[in-house]
Amino acid sequence: MSYIIDRRLNSKKKSTVNRQRFLKRYKKHIKRAVEESVNTRSIKEIEQGGSVTIPRRDLSEPVFHHGEGGVRKRVFPGNKEFMEGDEFRRPSGGGGGGSGKGQASNSGEGMDEFTFNIDQDEFLDFMFDGLELPFLVKKQLKDSTQYETRRAGFTNSGSPEKLHVVRSLRAAHARRIALSGSQRKQIRENKKQIWELEKLLPDQDAQNKINLLQEEIDELTARIKRLPFIDDFDLKYNNMVKVPVPSSKAVMFCVMDVSGSMTQSIKDIAKRFFILLYLFLKRNYKRIEVVFVRHHTHAKEVDEEEFFYSRETGGTIVSSALSLTGDIIHDRYPASEWNIYVAQASDGDNWDGDSDTCRQLLANRVLPSVQYFAYVEITTGPHQNLWLEYERLREEFPEEFAMHQIEGPADIYPVFRKLFEKKTESAA
Amino acid sequence: MTVAEKKKSPISTGSEWTFELIEAYDREIARVAAEYQLDTYPNQIEVITSEQMMDAYASVGMPLNYNHWSFGKQFVETEQNYKRGAMGLAYEIVINSNPCIAYLMEENTITMQALVIAHACYGHNSFFKGNYLFQTWTDASAIIDYLLFAKKYISDCEERYGVEAVEELLDSCHALMNYGVDRYKRPQPLTPAEERERQQAREEYIQRHLNELWNTIPQKEDSDEKEDLRFPKEPEENLLYFIEKNAPLLEPWQREIVRIVRKISQYFYPQKQTQVMNEGWACFWHYTLLHHLYNEGLVTEGFMVEFLHSHTSVVYQPPFDVPYFNGINPYTLGYNMMQDIRRICENPTDEDREWFPDIAGSDWLTTLHNAMHNYKDESFILQFLSPKMIRDLKLFTILDDADKPNLKVTSIHNESGYQRIREDLAAQYNLGNREPNIQVYNVNVRGDRALTLRHYMYNGQPLGDSSSEVLKHLHRLWGFNVHLESVLPDGTVTTSYHCPEKEIQEAV
Repeated sequence: MSYIIDRRLNSKKKSTVNRQRFLKRYKKHIKRAVEESVNTRSIKEIEQGGSVTIPRRDLSEPVFHHGEGGVRKRVFPGNKEFMEGDEFRRPSGGGGGGSGKGQASNSGEGMDEFTFNIDQDEFLDFMFDGLELPFLVKKQLKDSTQYETRRAGFTNSGSPEKLHVVRSLRAAHARRIALSGSQRKQIRENKKQIWELEKLLPDQDAQNKINLLQEEIDELTARIKRLPFIDDFDLKYNNMVKVPVPSSKAVMFCVMDVSGSMTQSIKDIAKRFFILLYLFLKRNYKRIEVVFVRHHTHAKEVDEEEFFYSRETGGTIVSSALSLTGDIIHDRYPASEWNIYVAQASDGDNWDGDSDTCRQLLANRVLPSVQYFAYVEITTGPHQNLWLEYERLREEFPEEFAMHQIEGPADIYPVFRKLFEKKTESAA
Repeated sequence: MTVAEKKKSPISTGSEWTFELIEAYDREIARVAAEYQLDTYPNQIEVITSEQMMDAYASVGMPLNYNHWSFGKQFVETEQNYKRGAMGLAYEIVINSNPCIAYLMEENTITMQALVIAHACYGHNSFFKGNYLFQTWTDASAIIDYLLFAKKYISDCEERYGVEAVEELLDSCHALMNYGVDRYKRPQPLTPAEERERQQAREEYIQRHLNELWNTIPQKEDSDEKEDLRFPKEPEENLLYFIEKNAPLLEPWQREIVRIVRKISQYFYPQKQTQVMNEGWACFWHYTLLHHLYNEGLVTEGFMVEFLHSHTSVVYQPPFDVPYFNGINPYTLGYNMMQDIRRICENPTDEDREWFPDIAGSDWLTTLHNAMHNYKDESFILQFLSPKMIRDLKLFTILDDADKPNLKVTSIHNESGYQRIREDLAAQYNLGNREPNIQVYNVNVRGDRALTLRHYMYNGQPLGDSSSEVLKHLHRLWGFNVHLESVLPDGTVTTSYHCPEKEIQEAV
């Protein structure tokens, strides 16, 4: 007897738990692999999932087995020219003539790497694992100016549209039961008496008593009926309270120098940095806007395409961009509603007299309203005066201001990690 | 067939399968199987997708299992290989349970489904039911319930003691899983319903009786006897059993998990011992049953061509010198030996009469059933590998002595070699030779409670390099120092491993 069952609609992801446990166990390895691949990936691929490779020896589950050595006999198929008593050199490279069945093939074929795929979400999880937005917590508690109305139980007063019908009727029902208690008790007793008297029928005396009792019952029933079906104090209303909610909107400013000294490769590095930041913010905020500000001697707000790909020449005045950023924040992104992040990338060039202005602009106009200002200098040369001025800023605003130098594409991700390392404890 | 004129019309002509067709094929195959006296458990045929097949792969083929990262690793690896096309999924998985569960993949054509039904639902199934090892060591009707119990119990433990604690314990148990098997005495049958109730009673009992070992009340010093006193009195080969019953520091729930791993290991033990026979038997019957259907006219020629195509690739044996050679293919060896037995019975040659006086010319079906019922790989080969088979497969033996620079061909397929090759091949399938023989030798009951294991060396083969890793796991279970000594037959200790490692300096 056979039963044939269609199982195709059963759940498919039976192994999910096991897979998660596997990923968790090898978190360190996977993180390293992710880091490496972030550094070598092109910008468009950066967000995709990818393959992860772990050395197989780290994964092995040890068991007792025979090692090399000793005497062993093994039977092979497909003899072509061997005669009994033939001898030949032991083939190098492990398994050939050697160990027990399973191991020979494993070590022989050289499967020493274990590669598998993780999807996009998992990839990002590992990429940003251990990072956090600086002072996110603080900001949320400090300036919560947005409110949300939430339900919070029921009240006895309120506007008609918040009337809760079920609760109100339930209250009315309870009231009616409570108020009619004694009457109903009386009715029950009378009925019981009638029932007993009915046994004596057709006795005239009993009949009279029954009639009296019945009258009483009718009167009591009428009285119960007179109880109002619903009363003012039965009414229940939904209670709504206003709860302050932390702002979950963020705006990210990308500020970049596009003067003649910025080559395309430097811009690419900057772009990668911006993209990392963008992906990171996207994971933390529901809504995120990006503002691109580029500058040479003048600053201009542009769209993404122009930001990364159009070329300009000329000198460099960084303060123009900072002042434009300040204006945009003031006009469009009030600090009470927005979480503001600024990332600035530059090769460090600036017009000599301007760096001091930059510092003052940042200190007075920009830094007070932003969450975090990250400056990356993409250069292999010595630092110039902009860096020196910024260093002073860092001392003044150790929490909001961070700066780092990037020398080549390989530094992007490590620097990014450094800028956003978990530091809640030190901030608290 | 002499009545071939009365051919029936084929069951199907296309390649698409439907449930009605599967049912029709199953009915016909069951009818023919009964003619050949194949006694099976009821079949539960389940159609699944390739993803579900990968899930099944990852949990060692069982329909349910407890959670562990190693199954996740297995899954990830399977998935990756499958996606890259490096490997096809098996057409079927069949589980030794009652009813016997067989998975069919939805991607298969109807021919493949019929092949799988013949192979798994009547071949493997009758083997599970008939072979003496399975009859002795497994309880087909209880395994699913037991797994259910195990899964529930382990997930309860995870909730109560934390996923990590359970995972560590399972890691350690898995490392010793091959040593969680009773080889010579029959274990108690798994009793699913009682299992839960008994489990608590067991917990208490063990905890109370551990004290015999760790009794702190000083016993009378019998100083003259002290030397020879060993615990356990007889060496114990079932390491997990020994741990479960005697490890001093384990909590009751930990003992139960050790027991679960041990039970599951025991369940799979017969499959490891009968791979050649099991696959050979199943291949022989899918070949025979489907040919029978063909002779009756129930399947078309196109069906047979497709069937033979996959049949031949399954039973193909690549020669030893090709890059993808991966040992002797158990399907080839088993299938050809089964066919060979039939040949010896039906058309014996003089050579066969000399080698197999008992079976040459006997009724082939009885002989084959007898072989299936009463043998395991090792004894099956020793008994039935014929000179013709050795010639056909061109088998030869290589002697690899680590002390000598050269490998030596000791036997080939000639008159003097047949008997030796037969013995060599049988020995190759002896699990006792394949896995190092390691037993509990002693516990230092009066001293530091150190556990000593002995590895009884076979042909001077040393232990592999992961042994000290395994010892760490054993140390975790035992809780005190653990030593492992490799011993030559004459009793001299050649190598010893210790955990914790620092013992080495002290010991040397």
